[in-house]
Amino acid sequence: MGFVETFLNWDVFLRSLPLLLTGLKVTALLGGVSIVAGLILGLATALLRLYGLAPLRLLARVCIDVLRSVPILVLLIVVYYALPFVGLRLSPFMSAAVTLSLVSAAYTAEIFRAGIEAVPRGQFEASQALGLSFRHTLQDVVLPQAIRVVTPALTNNSINVIKDTALASVVAMPDLLKQATQAQALEANPTPLIVAALIYVAFLWPLLLLVGRLEQRMATAR
Amino acid sequence: MSTPIVRIEGLSKRFGAFVAIDGVSLAVDEGEVLCIIGPSGAGKSTLIRCINRLEEADEGRIVVDGVAVDDDCDLAAVRADVGMVFQSFNLFAHRCVLDNITLAPMRVRGRSRAEAEAAARELLQRVGLGDHATKRPAQLSGGQQQRVAIARALAMEPRVLLFDEPTSALDPEMVGEVLDVMRDLAGSGVTMIVVTHEMEFARQVADRVVFMDGGRVVEAGSPEAIFDTPREARTQSFLRALGSGPNGARSSVQAGAGQETP
Repeated sequence: MGFVETFLNWDVFLRSLPLLLTGLKVTALLGGVSIVAGLILGLATALLRLYGLAPLRLLARVCIDVLRSVPILVLLIVVYYALPFVGLRLSPFMSAAVTLSLVSAAYTAEIFRAGIEAVPRGQFEASQALGLSFRHTLQDVVLPQAIRVVTPALTNNSINVIKDTALASVVAMPDLLKQATQAQALEANPTPLIVAALIYVAFLWPLLLLVGRLEQRMATAR
Repeated sequence: MSTPIVRIEGLSKRFGAFVAIDGVSLAVDEGEVLCIIGPSGAGKSTLIRCINRLEEADEGRIVVDGVAVDDDCDLAAVRADVGMVFQSFNLFAHRCVLDNITLAPMRVRGRSRAEAEAAARELLQRVGLGDHATKRPAQLSGGQQQRVAIARALAMEPRVLLFDEPTSALDPEMVGEVLDVMRDLAGSGVTMIVVTHEMEFARQVADRVVFMDGGRVVEAGSPEAIFDTPREARTQSFLRALGSGPNGARSSVQAGAGQETP
């Protein structure tokens, strides 16, 4: 068998495409849910880490550091295989969504913290001197400026979350990779795997270019 | 004289081992323009930053418009009534000039957008920037930014305005336009406490001048008393070094050139 017939087999491609597309849908959904949940949870954690009461600040910090040190695959397997022993049985999708959201939240929290700390002190002081409440100081003055600064880093993190969704295939979640391996087994041909890889690249490359553009725009805006 | 709008009693503030303010007492009357002068590190800025509690004093008491500024007070309400203009302008970088001015009146005073914008446009006219409402701070010169900052502070209709070296970060050619706005304000009866190195401004505009050194009020009095007949040796040597004292060439002190020594 030739190279094209083995790795880029047209008939295999057509037969496995529907399966791959259902997998892509799951991957996109898991990625989207995890990114949004990670952003919300991450922002909340960052605010807790910066402005919470002392014990909460410490707790936020410990959680962030633990989640950043544990391999995602390990956390996923713990959530999926260990939590049932304490009565918490999550579906493969939920296990993956919880794992990816938590890890993303930890990184997002650090990104937001750096962004907030990069806002000049004078912006806080001017807000305080005008009598703005703490909430309005954050909402109207500090966060809009911080978010602008961290948008490239957040986009980068989102790319990582989407890439990490592939790990969910080990807990039998029918994502793009899982469907591709299944199609490959079915067809006894690696074409579906190659196609899956190309689909990942096709989705994430534009995002990478976007990060570059955002970074460039920030550099010129300065 | 009316009751003081700002009363400072026995105020002290340390940063670690450094004593920034050392037992300062001071009262400022409604409508008064008080200029605080003195060498760097004298505690001038720290003193006015204590008035709206951007710095917390270690000892002493501050009363603003009858309200003691302490742990139990409604700090946001006090700050809403005390305007502040900073050395580095501190305009909200992500918002246009108009939004900079309307934000606090809308959020703190509960004004409608229409009300706040009408008032803001009037203030922009007053500081000579009527055409710049939609610009971002970064598009303005330092002098223009500082005038916007003054308009932003005025939009809250404060009982007293604090100026923390408002012209020290400006290029010399822009000092004049900011001082002109401040002179205009002083003439309109706004209570002002101004930390400044602009001796000519202090001499012309202040009702009273306070000379601080080493965290203490060394001498206070009318501009004539401080600049022409200073009693304390430290005041005399400070003014002599600036060329602003009775023996100095007064007229040669240009705005922004205060560092020149004879």
